[in-house]
Amino acid sequence: MQFSIYIIAECNMKLMTRDDKSLLYNVGGKEGVLDEEVLLLTQQLLSSNPDFATLWNYRREILLHLETVRSEDEIQRLYEEELSFLEACLKVNPKSYGSWHHRGWVSTRLPRPDWARELSLCERCLSLDDRNFHCWDYRRMVVRVSGVPVDQELQFTDRLIGSNFSNYSSWHYRSTLLPLLHPGSPETHSHRVCEEQLLKEYELVQNAFFTDPNDQSAWFYYRWLLGRGVCVCMISCVYVSREGERVVVAFSRPALSVGLLLVVDGQPQQVNWRSAHPRLRHSPMWICDLPPGTISDTSNEHNLTVHWTERHTHRDCALYTGRSESWCRDSATDLELFRSELSVEKSSVLQSELQSCTQLLELEPQNKWCLLTIILLMRALDPLGYEKETLAYFQTLKEVDSMRTSYYSDLCSKFMIENTILKMEYAEVRVFSLCEKNLSTLCHLDQLLLVTHINLSSNQLLGLPPQFAMLQCLEVLQADDNAIENLEGVYHLSKLEEVSLRNNNITQLSDLKILTTCPRLARLDLRGNPITQIANIQSQLAELLPSITELLL
Amino acid sequence: MAADNLPTEFDVVILGTGLSESVIAAACARVGQRVLHVDRRSYYAANWASFTFNGLLSWIDDNKQGGQSPEEVLDWSGKVESGEDILPLSTMDTSISNLEVFCYTSEEPEEDEEEKKEDATPISTLSPAPQSEGEEGNQATSPTDNRRNHEGETTLDILSESPPEQQDQEECAPLAEDQQILSSDGEPQGEEQLSGSAPTQAKKKKISYTKIVKEGRRFNIDLVSKLMYSRGLLVDLLIKSNVSRYAEFKNVSRILTYRQGKVEQVPCSRADVFGSKELTVVEKRMLMKFLTFCLDYEQHPEEYQDFTERSFWEFLQNNMLTENLQHFVLHSIAMVPRETHTEEGLRSTQHFLRSLGRYGNTPFLFPIYGLGEIPQCFCRMCAVFGGIYCLRHSVQCLVLDKESGRCKAVIDTCGQRISCSHFVVEDGYIREEQRKGVEHKHISRAVLITDGLLLQSESEQQISLVTVPPLEPGAPAVRLVELCSSTMTCMPGTYLVHLTCPSSGSAREDLQPVVSRLFTKPASAGEEGDGSDERPAVLWAVYFNMRDSTAADRSGYDLPGNVHVCSGPDAALGSDHSIRLAQEVFRQLAPHEEFCPPAPNPEDIVYDGDGGQGEGAGFSEAAQAEEGAAEEAEESKEKEASQESSPVEVGEMPDPPPAPLAEE
Repeated sequence: MQFSIYIIAECNMKLMTRDDKSLLYNVGGKEGVLDEEVLLLTQQLLSSNPDFATLWNYRREILLHLETVRSEDEIQRLYEEELSFLEACLKVNPKSYGSWHHRGWVSTRLPRPDWARELSLCERCLSLDDRNFHCWDYRRMVVRVSGVPVDQELQFTDRLIGSNFSNYSSWHYRSTLLPLLHPGSPETHSHRVCEEQLLKEYELVQNAFFTDPNDQSAWFYYRWLLGRGVCVCMISCVYVSREGERVVVAFSRPALSVGLLLVVDGQPQQVNWRSAHPRLRHSPMWICDLPPGTISDTSNEHNLTVHWTERHTHRDCALYTGRSESWCRDSATDLELFRSELSVEKSSVLQSELQSCTQLLELEPQNKWCLLTIILLMRALDPLGYEKETLAYFQTLKEVDSMRTSYYSDLCSKFMIENTILKMEYAEVRVFSLCEKNLSTLCHLDQLLLVTHINLSSNQLLGLPPQFAMLQCLEVLQADDNAIENLEGVYHLSKLEEVSLRNNNITQLSDLKILTTCPRLARLDLRGNPITQIANIQSQLAELLPSITELLL
Repeated sequence: MAADNLPTEFDVVILGTGLSESVIAAACARVGQRVLHVDRRSYYAANWASFTFNGLLSWIDDNKQGGQSPEEVLDWSGKVESGEDILPLSTMDTSISNLEVFCYTSEEPEEDEEEKKEDATPISTLSPAPQSEGEEGNQATSPTDNRRNHEGETTLDILSESPPEQQDQEECAPLAEDQQILSSDGEPQGEEQLSGSAPTQAKKKKISYTKIVKEGRRFNIDLVSKLMYSRGLLVDLLIKSNVSRYAEFKNVSRILTYRQGKVEQVPCSRADVFGSKELTVVEKRMLMKFLTFCLDYEQHPEEYQDFTERSFWEFLQNNMLTENLQHFVLHSIAMVPRETHTEEGLRSTQHFLRSLGRYGNTPFLFPIYGLGEIPQCFCRMCAVFGGIYCLRHSVQCLVLDKESGRCKAVIDTCGQRISCSHFVVEDGYIREEQRKGVEHKHISRAVLITDGLLLQSESEQQISLVTVPPLEPGAPAVRLVELCSSTMTCMPGTYLVHLTCPSSGSAREDLQPVVSRLFTKPASAGEEGDGSDERPAVLWAVYFNMRDSTAADRSGYDLPGNVHVCSGPDAALGSDHSIRLAQEVFRQLAPHEEFCPPAPNPEDIVYDGDGGQGEGAGFSEAAQAEEGAAEEAEESKEKEASQESSPVEVGEMPDPPPAPLAEE
């Protein structure tokens, strides 16, 4: 105690007047004394610098001590004085951590708390600065303890938003209150808001962003309104390869493999689950090798079941006679997977939202929030139908908000990949082609588990990320004319035979070392890479990758 | 200070206590000049004054008699030396004309139903044969209808030119018996008779004339109606000079307008636009976009350069603003006529917008206790710095040096010769001979006491600015300021409505069409009102024209170079003209001195007793004060009143303002 006082005292010395300093020494001298005199001394110090945590602690010790020796009325009076003192401190610094924390503490110790007074204090404080999050925090505490009804709180946010809608805190508070007050129907999403109220909220927030389209708080709230809750975690796919004696399980979102059990023909199997790449700990995909001989005989039919005890779910998959592989899965189209970022509301509602946003865009063609929201709405409505428009809007976005070009490129890449996955699903093929789409990043690779041929040529990729290892069925990889320097994700792709990486940025032999994990790799095209300039590269490569029969440099 | 005991030498003698003169007085005293500030009236602030109800009645009475009675002319020949000339000043105040008073609230409890219907039309009940039929009783809700018969019986016409006593008495005669018409001495005669009717009215919760008279001290009725732009020259000056500590202010809470027969709120701030239910989202965007542009329109000359020779109205139409948005911007935000040039319109809009949000949701402040406080605040500052005040005291004539043609001295009403190096005078004191080159405009004014808000809202305490665009082409746009009781300008339950426009005819001709559209007359005893008419009722009204001498140019006056003329109030909403004028005059008086530098805080000044009170009445705090401000205001008024006597050391204090509320 004494030690820390002096440490802090030293830090604060420069800020203090001589009077304060002598006071401080007095406090130090009173070490261990828990009486009102020290209370007064610390009060004098704190009123000139309320951010002096040790002194607040000291005060709390004294107050706790006094609680044991005083009557309740005296304690009430003492704490009430403390509250008025704190009010003075808050006038000095309305954002003082120490004062607000102490106030919270005092309020809970007060024998007969006056919550109405606390609420009105918060109201005054917020009217001066409606973004004072210390006050917001304290207020939430008061509301919780004193049990203010939710609808009253909603009106409170109405009022604050009415006077100034550039207020994240109010909008956010609203988003926590609405699901309590107007819950959606339980069978759909109980943590969502019922549609009737939702429409009112759309109107409110539209008023805000039409009034000031550059105010992001309203747009963020709008995103929340349009968004839907997290998707349920479940097994989306089970894939069996007879030849590789391998089972692959995909989840709807990344998870740990804890509680994953494999049963083959009624026999639980002792298997080791691994993710597609050692760097992926939470992974949407888990792989296990079966004990040799379990399913290798093509004349046998096998029934596999994957249980996931963590989620109380399971999925069956049958491997029929003569077949070399089998799968059981939900396709991206079935799940409307890529719409999940936006609402499940009826498309008519979304359509009208899209209309009002387009209307706003006509007035504010440069507004990035509006552009982005339009893109998201279009994705939610019809990702393939609006592809052209989406691309055009992305182009505008990059122009008006050049600081975030990369973000928009990544987002656009994501949408292009989603669209291609959808097209592939509709076509029911296992060939995935994304040439000349300006891709800057790869995502949704777990959806490409079954893909045998992938063509990523003529994009702006810098590498193949660890997630690329989830393309467990991949046989041919074409990624010419990118800027790839990193092949991290070409890892244990047991069926990969052909890799074409013309005109990329592979410079060292070590970059290619990862390819040794792909046992069947026979063709490798490295033309146009800096690595080809290295002397003796051919022999070095032959040594590194003995399986390769056709090497183009 | 006793008028017969004045020092005989001053640097500046100032005649008239209007805003400009008071600011000049404060500025001069502040930089150490010896200032004598006099006014022939018995109250401060000249045509800027605020009166209690009874005070206003006396004022009406005074002006009805055609200005103040000529003062006794003293012989000043003994005071003049050789080589000196005399320039007499006017002893009559002719700045007020066309004064007319209407009272609608009188009721006779004894009268039967039918007759009661009538008595809402002023006076007509009293005429031996009530000429209006039943249905007319309903229609005749507005003063407009009175026009037909006001000549003879319904009104008290007080024209400054009219040879007073006789004619007025005649007109009053039929009324005086049971209507509360003002008798010539300005005291309500009907009071005694009416006390009988008061209980009946209380039951109906109506406000009788007696009640108004009884509560007359709660009124502070401004002769000119102005608001203070939060970033206007006046507010800046009040802050800069520290004079703001002498007054408290409230934010005007609403901007309203009259459109398509309805009073509606004008969305002018961001929060208003966001919250407006009337505007579509697209309109919201268009309005915000336009207003944002206006805030720094100079930065975007390409937006309006094609319109510099065309009207603001055309510019608005060209900016994709819908019709109601055009209305809002033109009439309520820019507050300019249609034909105003684009750049001027933009400047007005910008002025409005820049003032927005400094103290609240509208650009305007209103001083608690009325506008008359403001000149008095400056007078107080002048007194604090040694200025000497004398009311009911005037200057009869100027003593001119023949050689230089400059004013050497003045001779006051006591015949005392007071030498001075500068003389500042309000236009009203100048004789016609000296202002031949000056053309005067007029302001049409009306003051109504009403019983309800023009636009209902959650709170009854609203201060609203209402803009009424020209009702017909060629008519002037009329500005209404509706004050509630928390501004300490009217009694609880009533509202004070000020109407202002540049005159084209008499005040009543100009303003009555607006009054009759926006207001009704009180429901009389029999009819409880079918509720269909939500308009507030006018209980009492006065119309008058005030001279607007602001157009006058210095060169129009035939006066010595060291005589500076201050114009009275203008018709504009803000007071920028008067402040600018004061600044100019001060620059001529003291070219090298700073204009109103901050006055030291009261604690830095040596007082006898404990000074330093009333600092709580800080400018910004007061502006934010809400409902509770009423009590606070009263409190601080008391404080001020007590403070008034304390700074004797530093300067002579002005007389306390007429009938301070603190006495109650």
